Amino acid sequence: MNGVVPADTLVSAPPSPWTEFRHAFAKNHGALAAFVVFALIATGALLAPLLAPHDPVQQFRDHLLTPPLWQAGGMATYPLGTDELGRCLLSRLLYGARVSLLIGLCAVLLALLPGVLLGLLAAFHERWLSPAIMRLMDILLALPGLLLAICVITVLGPGLVNTVIAIAVSALPGYVRLTRAAALAERGKDYVTASRVAGAGSWRLMFDTVLPNCLAPLIVNATLSFSSAVLETAALGFLGLGVQPPLPEWGSMLSAARDYIERAPWVVTMPGLTILVTVLSINLMGDGLRDALDPKLRSAS
Amino acid sequence: MIRLLLSRLATLIPTLLGITVVAFALIRLIPGDPIEIMVGERRLDPAAHAALMTQMGLDQPLLVQYWAYVKQLAHGDLGKSLVTREAVSAEFAVLFPATVELAAAALLLALCVGLPLGLAAALKRGSWFDQAVMALATVGHSMPVFWWGLILIMAFSVGLEWTPVSGRVGIEFDIPTVTGFMLIDSALSDEAGAFVSSLLHLVLPAVVLGTIPMAVIARMTRSSMLEVLREDYMRTARAKGLAPARVIVVHGLRNALIPIVTVLGLQVGSLLGGAVLTETIFSWPGIGKWLIDAIGRRDYPVVQAGILVSALVFITVNLVVDLLYAVVNPRLRGGR
Repeated sequence: MNGVVPADTLVSAPPSPWTEFRHAFAKNHGALAAFVVFALIATGALLAPLLAPHDPVQQFRDHLLTPPLWQAGGMATYPLGTDELGRCLLSRLLYGARVSLLIGLCAVLLALLPGVLLGLLAAFHERWLSPAIMRLMDILLALPGLLLAICVITVLGPGLVNTVIAIAVSALPGYVRLTRAAALAERGKDYVTASRVAGAGSWRLMFDTVLPNCLAPLIVNATLSFSSAVLETAALGFLGLGVQPPLPEWGSMLSAARDYIERAPWVVTMPGLTILVTVLSINLMGDGLRDALDPKLRSAS
Repeated sequence: MIRLLLSRLATLIPTLLGITVVAFALIRLIPGDPIEIMVGERRLDPAAHAALMTQMGLDQPLLVQYWAYVKQLAHGDLGKSLVTREAVSAEFAVLFPATVELAAAALLLALCVGLPLGLAAALKRGSWFDQAVMALATVGHSMPVFWWGLILIMAFSVGLEWTPVSGRVGIEFDIPTVTGFMLIDSALSDEAGAFVSSLLHLVLPAVVLGTIPMAVIARMTRSSMLEVLREDYMRTARAKGLAPARVIVVHGLRNALIPIVTVLGLQVGSLLGGAVLTETIFSWPGIGKWLIDAIGRRDYPVVQAGILVSALVFITVNLVVDLLYAVVNPRLRGGR
């Protein structure tokens, strides 16, 4: 270093948190690539009515189990082939993306909002509410994710809305515990005391003062629970407990394809690959978010 | 150690009670008349209906019903299956070892492959080997278990015809039940080839169920080991002139084990969920398949028992993991 520093770096303000985050995220090539892939899948889901070559439930009885385009016997009208009822696989996968992503998004919101509220309440009301809430969460946590979702489905019955509820219930304890832990860590800090001394009420302290500083772990958890929601939706669909036919859903497509493993491997590979790529891209994005949002981890590993 | 165990057990009591409430409520929350759901298609006259209500105690107040349920559980009675009319606990005793065998094989496989891979990746940090292991682990971590099972069946059972598609042992063998674990029972039996057959039946399901834990263990071992490698005591151990293998295993791995044990405990939960899917794909006669079949048949006492037992297993495993901490990390032995 020869001590010459360009003048403008001395004057310019420190980068905003958003810029800092963007730079950190962009440095992670895996996360960036995953973001692009996920954006493509999401666009496919949004524009499914425009992109899909056929109606996802229309059965072309003359073209049962048509192989994909690149295999012998493939047809250009069915780029990824057709299933056992002669339905276009590509169209079903595109519409299936709508179902999976919608369920994932709704389930995350349905777990996040009550989870944050309960977590904050538990952090700020240690006398009575906290033990009650946390014991309740312990009970939910005693059933591992998929089993808890199955439990809820047993009571409510299968279906799209009930899948959302089941997945949200199984994700709820994670949010409550995370919010409570983060809020407890923040609560003892000076800025919270200052706000309290200035006369802020308990709701204002919870949502205005403490919550914004707990957002980083919550965002990361939301991403990761989004990917497990997509996976659980497919698992429930595969078990016949999720979204019911004829609505196209990746998991139930797979379970219907099981009998055709030998004759038509593409009806098995395509939906599964779609699930894998979707979940993988969300998980990689989550890893990138975690590294970018948590400065302590940024340089490690 | 005893104090730690007792204090952990005490905190479990509300959770255990809560689980029984959930299992109890499960049947009562299902919309519709429980008797009508249970008898299914058949018609019942009102007198028979009332008699059944009395017989099952459904006309009692809820609190009385709950107390009767807890008393029944305390006697080890899980109720009767509506379909087979057998005691649920008897069916359970037959199926449980199958799931334990599968889960244990999966976990063992995950440990035996994941741990060395993660360790090697940490030691060769940044190399192509490290990158390959981490890429595989990332993909494995996101793997839809049910699809992975189908793909492996497609490749190894249908394509190469190396492994059977379903079941625990070839149908030509008649294996007497000794332990309930097919691998042990078939080895004990005098039928030639039975052990190999049961091993071949176990391989694919164990690989499928073990994939996610394997990926998680590899990732955790690597990052935990990277932390430890930076510690001063590692440099001291090397400077003392200890053999490199001893430094890595005794000084390094032992200290890296705590987060790995944590992750292992958490994985048991996903193993239970994964077992439901794996058993369904491979027609593995265990608790998971039993539970799903029971839901399909509306055999609610079985569902209730399955949920209850899964929760108990999960709670017990978490307790064991808590105690394992104390073994791995002496600093936690005092109890809190």
